[in-house]
Amino acid sequence: MSEVRFGQAINRALADAMAADESVVLFGEDVAAPGGPFGVTRGLLDRFGAERVRDTPISEATIVGAAVGAAMSGLKPVVEIMFMDFVTLAMDALVNQAAKAHFMFGGQYQLPMVVRLPHGGGINAGPQHSQCLEAWLAHVPGLKVVCPATAADAYALTRAAIADPDPVVVVENKSLYALKGELPEPLPSVPIGKADLARPGRDVTIVTYGAMRDVVLAAAGVLAKDEIESEVIDLRSLQPWDDGAVLTSLARTHRLVIVHEAVEAFGVGAEIAARMADIGFDELDGPIVRVGAPFMPVPFAKELEARYRPDAARVIEAVHRTLA
Amino acid sequence: MASPLDLLRTMRLIREAELRLAQLFADGEVPGFIHLSVGQEGVAAGVCAALARTDTLASNHRGHGHALAKGLDLERFFLEIMGKAEGMCKGRGGSMHVADAAVGMLGANGIVGAGLPIAVGSALAHQVKRTGAVAAVFFGDGALAEGAMHESFNLASVWRLPVLFVCENNGWSEFSPTSRQLAADPCALALSHRIEARSVDGNDVIAVSEMAQTLVTEIRRGSGPRFLECRTTRVRGHFEGDPQKYRDAADAARSEDDPIGRLERRLAADGVSADEIEAAESDAIARVDAAVTRARSGTAPTFGSALRDVYANAEVRS
Repeated sequence: MSEVRFGQAINRALADAMAADESVVLFGEDVAAPGGPFGVTRGLLDRFGAERVRDTPISEATIVGAAVGAAMSGLKPVVEIMFMDFVTLAMDALVNQAAKAHFMFGGQYQLPMVVRLPHGGGINAGPQHSQCLEAWLAHVPGLKVVCPATAADAYALTRAAIADPDPVVVVENKSLYALKGELPEPLPSVPIGKADLARPGRDVTIVTYGAMRDVVLAAAGVLAKDEIESEVIDLRSLQPWDDGAVLTSLARTHRLVIVHEAVEAFGVGAEIAARMADIGFDELDGPIVRVGAPFMPVPFAKELEARYRPDAARVIEAVHRTLA
Repeated sequence: MASPLDLLRTMRLIREAELRLAQLFADGEVPGFIHLSVGQEGVAAGVCAALARTDTLASNHRGHGHALAKGLDLERFFLEIMGKAEGMCKGRGGSMHVADAAVGMLGANGIVGAGLPIAVGSALAHQVKRTGAVAAVFFGDGALAEGAMHESFNLASVWRLPVLFVCENNGWSEFSPTSRQLAADPCALALSHRIEARSVDGNDVIAVSEMAQTLVTEIRRGSGPRFLECRTTRVRGHFEGDPQKYRDAADAARSEDDPIGRLERRLAADGVSADEIEAAESDAIARVDAAVTRARSGTAPTFGSALRDVYANAEVRS
């Protein structure tokens, strides 16, 4: 057991995957010599060489498009888009090419490629460097989307993504990179699609992922003082997502709150709510309540961004609403 | 090195296959829409003759000729475009997505310019794995206006990737003349990215073949990317059924440009017998006849099979 930063856990996962499989290559803007904009790929150029760890020009469309061609030709590329907001420039490669190749070519080609996308606010990066756009990608058949919240899961899901034969988007919340967490030995392994029961409870199920896990756990601690026991489920994977785990929990608690940093409208929470309103209808004793960002771009100023991002108070309020 | 007669056979096969597709489309046996490369066969045949089976190829929406020249199985080609389960893509892709992993064909593509980054990535794989293979990509002059072109030229040049960029310049960006769409000369675009560029008469299949061979040899020796412009003629519309009201009839009907007729005249002048020249056509017709007969007996794809292939290793929730 060792304590590492979230970003270091991803670095370790990348290094272990590259050491285990020489077809794993890394490229993106400033990931090699500079070690990545957030330091996540630091040291990998020295260890694995310039052939396998490459700085690209600022060409998001071709970074992801080249990953498609490389994956179709025997490599396992792991590419980074510096901020998730910039994935807008690579959407053809991701949506029309990567997501469809296995299906569209009748299963002839597998695309074992990983696209790392740092998302989220909390660092006052403003409207074009803070967005949480994961719902867009979870909506596209052919893509898998994971979003780890802990150092252990960051390691495990990065390894799982690289080992997967399909294109996997790894969404990493920027505000988590510097946070420390435990990385157990032997190193953890988590399959894509499996949620984590972050806290057991009997009164309400709170489903979340990414940086909101800690916010929800803090809220759960406050609620526990009022003898409201929250069961917290960290989805970890958004596509596919563990509806079985959510339903099982709902069958215990009969109340559901969904929390994410992304804009609430048409978000991941909408899918979870709709699914549970269907297959979990008989279990529900209260409204399904969502907590997400308001329908506005991510603002820059400290006061504005702090109010924009969901916090523990809003989670507590949502729990009280569904229990009322 | 392909012989001139081999090049003729390839061009004839493409021509007969596409003319048959046009008929099948008109008769309702091919669903969707199709883009034919009639008049451009010299480019596909000439370039692919310079490629080995292990070289990879990305193509575009007008990709039937590229696929067949790369060695795609003719029966499974027709089965695919007629939407059958036995098609090479199991009826999921159709005309715009023919692909064959067995011959390094990375797929035709419905998105203009999208093949360039894919070829760049494939070339990266060749470089990293030191396979000695080359990645080639066909795109039209219309794709030169896409951002993916600039990014791909730049990255391929910076990394000296083994990629052959082939621009089929037929003068048309869908329904608009490229003269009104593109400010730059195609070769100048490549040169400005420090990629050596050559321009050939794309309707002279021998010239295309020789130049492609030269460039592929340079690329295999580590030159980095090369650009080849092939000036050619789009005889038919952007898609089958295109009324082409935007175009003079004379523009399309310059039969002296036809790459097949030109090669046949040259072969005859070189003393190749009329029987051998004629056999290229009759053999192609016979092969296409057989492939279409087989394709007609193909079965309809099942929905369950399609659903299972959304992912390589996951069942999809319905």
